Amino acid sequence: MIRTRGLCVVHPGGPRLAFADVTVAQGGRLLLRGASGSGKSTWLALAAGLLTPAAGDLVVADQALDQLAPPARDAWRARCIGFLPQRLHLSDALTVADNLALAYFAAGQAVDRDAIQRTLTALGLRDVAARRPSQLSGGQAQRVALARALLRRPLVILADEPTASLDDGAAAQALALLQDSSRDCGATLVIATHDARVMQALPQAQVLALPVAPGREPVGRRA
Amino acid sequence: MNLFSLSWRYLWSRPLATGLNLLLLTLGLATVAFVLIVQDQIDRAFERDLAGIDVVVGAKGSPMQLILAGVFHLDVPPGNIPLAEVQQLAQHPQVAQLIPLSLGDNLAGFRIVGTTVDYPAHYGATLAQGVLWQAPMEAVLGAQVAQQTGLRPGQAFVGAHGLGGGGGGAEHGDTPYTVTGLMAPCGCVLDRLVLTATESVWKVHDDMHATEDMDEADRAAIEADREVTLALIRYRTPLAAVSFPRFINDGTSMQAAAPALEITRLMSLVGVGTRVFQGLGVVLLGVAALSVFIALWSAVRERRADLAMLRMLGAPPWKVGGLLLCEALWLATLACVLGLLAAHGLVAVVGDMLMAGQSLAITGWQWVHTEVWVPVLALGVALLAAGLPALGAYRLDVLQLLNTR
Repeated sequence: MIRTRGLCVVHPGGPRLAFADVTVAQGGRLLLRGASGSGKSTWLALAAGLLTPAAGDLVVADQALDQLAPPARDAWRARCIGFLPQRLHLSDALTVADNLALAYFAAGQAVDRDAIQRTLTALGLRDVAARRPSQLSGGQAQRVALARALLRRPLVILADEPTASLDDGAAAQALALLQDSSRDCGATLVIATHDARVMQALPQAQVLALPVAPGREPVGRRA
Repeated sequence: MNLFSLSWRYLWSRPLATGLNLLLLTLGLATVAFVLIVQDQIDRAFERDLAGIDVVVGAKGSPMQLILAGVFHLDVPPGNIPLAEVQQLAQHPQVAQLIPLSLGDNLAGFRIVGTTVDYPAHYGATLAQGVLWQAPMEAVLGAQVAQQTGLRPGQAFVGAHGLGGGGGGAEHGDTPYTVTGLMAPCGCVLDRLVLTATESVWKVHDDMHATEDMDEADRAAIEADREVTLALIRYRTPLAAVSFPRFINDGTSMQAAAPALEITRLMSLVGVGTRVFQGLGVVLLGVAALSVFIALWSAVRERRADLAMLRMLGAPPWKVGGLLLCEALWLATLACVLGLLAAHGLVAVVGDMLMAGQSLAITGWQWVHTEVWVPVLALGVALLAAGLPALGAYRLDVLQLLNTR
C-alpha cells in the first residue's frame, strides 16, 4: 500500500511544491501525470526513500519512511522497490546476467543465479544473458532493465517514462509486460508519464495529476 | 559478486586507461624499489667486508684507494710496504690482530692474495671441499672463482701478472699453484679471491727475477727487501683510533686509512646518484598518482549513472565510494607486485653484470627490509588519487539521474 498525507518538498530558497494526497492499495496501479518539470521525478524519489519530504507523511509498501534511518532505508529500498529508469543505466562492463546480479551486490546478499535465470527466461531474455547491454536492441535492453527491477520480487515498481522513446507497438508491449509482471509478484505499479498512450492502456488506474511547474523543479533534503 | 570482483571488472572495462596507469605506477614503484634494494645490498656488502677491520695500513697515496684495494678488492693498491715494518706493527701494543695481504697476480681476473690463515678465519669462511693451504704454492679458491674456473682440489693453475681485468699480463708458467681447497660461498669479498700463503707471492716473483748466478748474499738481500702490499689491522682498544693512524701517518713511510671514514665519504659521493634515482621514482609516482586520479575521476563522471543505479538498487553510499577505492587498491596491488618483480629482475641483471666484472656481489633475489616501503608507497598513492573520486561517488546525487531532461 502507498499512502501520502500532506506531502510537500521545498527547494532551498525556491518554491514550495505540495502533492495531492493519494492512497493506492497493494497491487494497485497509479499514474503520475504531468509535463516535464512538474515534479514526477521528485515524487518517485520520495517514494523510493531517496528524498526526505519537508512535511507530510509517506507510507510506501506499508512502511512509514520517516521511521527509517538512512542505512535501514537503503536496505528497505533494496528489498521493496523495483525501479525502471527512463535511461536504462545498464553497465556495459558487465554481462546482462551480471547487470541483474548487481541488485544482489547492492543489497549485500549472495547472488541467486537461479532467480536471475528464471527472471530472464520469463522475459524472453535467456539467450542474451551472456551478452553486453550494448549488443542488445532497444526493446531488449528495456526488458533487461525491467528484469533487474523485478528480480527480487519488489512490493512496489516505480517506472519513469517507460514509453518515452517507443513507437506505438513497442509502447503497448512494454506496458503489457509491466502490468503482467507487477501482477505476477503482486506489486503496486507506479508509472510517471506524460504519454497519453499510457492513460489509454491503463484505464482503471488511479491518476495523480501534478500541477504545471512554476519554473524550477523543487528539491527537498536529500536522503 | 563482491566489492573486489566487481571493481576488478570495472577496472578492466577500460583496458587502455588501466594499462597506462598500471605502467606508470609500476615504473615509479620499480625505480624506488630498485634504489632501495641496491642501496641496501651495497651497504650490507660493505659492512660485511669491513667488519672487524679498524684500519688499513699501506703505501702512501689516496686513502680511499687503499681501502677499495685492500678491503673490497675493487681498486689497485697504491704500492707496497716493507715486511719488516709490518712485522714491527704486529708487535705494537695497540694492535690486536694484523693480517698482511700481498697482491699482484690474478687467475682469470680473480685476484690471487698472499696472506695468512687469519684472513679467511676473519670472515668466518668455511671450506666446501679440501683443506686450507699448508705450504707455499698451494691455494684455496673463493666460491665464485671455483664456479667460474671449474678448478677442483688437486688441479693446478698458473697466475698471470697484474690484477686482472685486462688479461694482458704475462703468465707465471714456471710456478704453478696447486688447488687444495674450495671455500663455501660467504657472500663477502672472499668469494672472488684466490687465497694462498704470502710466501707464494714472493716465490712467484723471485723466480721471475732470479738468475742462475745468484749467491747467498743476493738471496739475503732479497729476504731483507721483502714487501707486502698492505695490512688489515684490528685494534686492541677503540681508543687506538685516535692515536694509531697519526702514529703511522706521521712516524712511518706508510699511511693508515680508516675504512669506516672512507666508506662514509664514498657513500656521500654515491649518494648523489641514489638521490637522483629516488627523485626520479618520486616524480614517476607523482605522475602515476595524477593519472590514476584523472582516470578515476572521469570514471566517476562516466559511470555516475551506473553508480546512482546502484544507490537505486539499495546500495549504501559507502559501497558506491568503496567501489572506486577498490579499483585504486587493485591498481596499487598489481603495480606493487609488478614493480617489485621488475626491480628485483633489474637488480639481478645488474648483479650478473657486476659479477661478470668481478666486482661487488649483488643478488636480485633477496628481500630487503626497506622494501616494505614500496607497498606503503603504492597504497598511499592509490588512496591519494582515489580519495576525491571516491568521495564524489559517496556523495553522488541520485536525484539528478531521475531528472532526465
